[in-house]
Amino acid sequence: MTLLALSAAALDRSFFEWVWFFLDRYWLQFLTGAGVTLLISLSGTLVGFGIGLLVGVVRTIPKDPRAPLFRRILRRLGDFLLVTYIEVFRGTPMIVQAMVIFYGLALAFSINLDRLLAGFLIVSINTGAYMAEIVRGGILSIDKGQSEAAHSIGMTHGQTMLHVVLPQAVRNILPALGNEFVINIKDTSVLNVISVSELFFASKSISGNFARYFEVFLITCVVYFLMTFTVTRILRLVERKMEGKSTYTIHGSQTTPESEIRIRGGL
Amino acid sequence: MADAQFLEIRHLRKRFGDNEVLRDIDFTVRKGEVVCIIGASGSGKSTLLRCVNLLERPTEGEIWHDGRNILDGSVPIATYRAHVGMVFQQFNLFNNLNVLENCVIGQMKVLKRSRAEATETAMRYLEKVGMGQFIHARPSQISGGQKQRVAIARALSMEPEALLFDEPTSALDPEMVGEVLKVMRDLAHTGLTMLVVTHEMAFAAEVADRVVFMDEGVIVEDDVPSVIFGAPKQERTRTFLKRVLR
Repeated sequence: MTLLALSAAALDRSFFEWVWFFLDRYWLQFLTGAGVTLLISLSGTLVGFGIGLLVGVVRTIPKDPRAPLFRRILRRLGDFLLVTYIEVFRGTPMIVQAMVIFYGLALAFSINLDRLLAGFLIVSINTGAYMAEIVRGGILSIDKGQSEAAHSIGMTHGQTMLHVVLPQAVRNILPALGNEFVINIKDTSVLNVISVSELFFASKSISGNFARYFEVFLITCVVYFLMTFTVTRILRLVERKMEGKSTYTIHGSQTTPESEIRIRGGL
Repeated sequence: MADAQFLEIRHLRKRFGDNEVLRDIDFTVRKGEVVCIIGASGSGKSTLLRCVNLLERPTEGEIWHDGRNILDGSVPIATYRAHVGMVFQQFNLFNNLNVLENCVIGQMKVLKRSRAEATETAMRYLEKVGMGQFIHARPSQISGGQKQRVAIARALSMEPEALLFDEPTSALDPEMVGEVLKVMRDLAHTGLTMLVVTHEMAFAAEVADRVVFMDEGVIVEDDVPSVIFGAPKQERTRTFLKRVLR
């Protein structure tokens, strides 16, 4: 069917018929677009979270004024670079970052990134900058006594972070992580400026063919909402799971009836 | 007798900005000794204890342990700390781990013991402090006295040369003080080296081999309990004890 024939037939369609038409005919494009959106936002959020954890941990290493000079200089330099990274990526719009990174790399180094990969990189780096500050806040929110106790039994800074502080900090920042994921699902739409075929880009292509923007983007709207809503529900579940059980079993109560009686007597 | 010595502190000073909290502390702890440090709030006794475990970095001075000055940077701090257990006023159990895991994690990560061995050791000390039944509980599910007993078991599980107690009963409800002091009394009788910052004068009088009275960042008097509590030589010690032992 030619485009002309399509638009001729289009004239007498009602609103619902249009919606149905797009759903029926372009469901695969919507779905693929949504898939790309989810893929980029999920992987970007996770990798960004990883970057945030790393940066957050490095930034909270206690400063030792007695360390050798070159180590202190290294530390200062590292801190400076990390703060620069955080400030620059938090302080500029992702849509601009996408343009600068994608076209900049192509122009300056003749690197033609795959658009999907470029999108993933941009979301990751951007999320990392936000997560770094969230993680730092999460680490600082954990009582100092926790790390003092870990240090007092001989744990290093890394061990203290890995086994004691981060498990608690991560639980506290989980809502913020979920928030970041939801924001990313929506904000990947800006990647259409570098032609990443995510949901917004797909919708634009579909609607452009027929100049029917309202119907198409209403569908797009619903798809975005379904994705974010599902994600928030799942995260709520994960949070509840991480709270742990509210009860515990008395040790020995399930081994022998004898011990159970003893314990009951004891209580 | 250098080998009978656990720790020797020489000319220790600690400043927080302009505030000098410890002024020229000289102080020795022998192996197997139970030393109680008493004094008013702000006298520097907790800071001294935290300096011993390097949770605070002394501004000046030397801390000799095992023939080496641990402040000269030749001994890795973590290694040294694993030899010196610490029990905190606020318990500081790891909130993300249950009772058993609290006592196992350090053994596995720091001492590189196997899980089986670490669990066995942890169970032994948890039984000793009467918390064997509660190994699956989380810190938020047990009482203050129970938390402190677990904290003691956690420190003991590392099988340290000495145990430092920083006001271990000060954050407890009165009815729970007894259970913790009982555990500490039992430990003292096993010959463990203990350094206890405390406000429990009766405990100090009964259990300590030596009592150290601190005031305004200096050690005012350092003697056996019978002298400190019976016939203190210093006026400041007398005034302090008169105030607290009413």
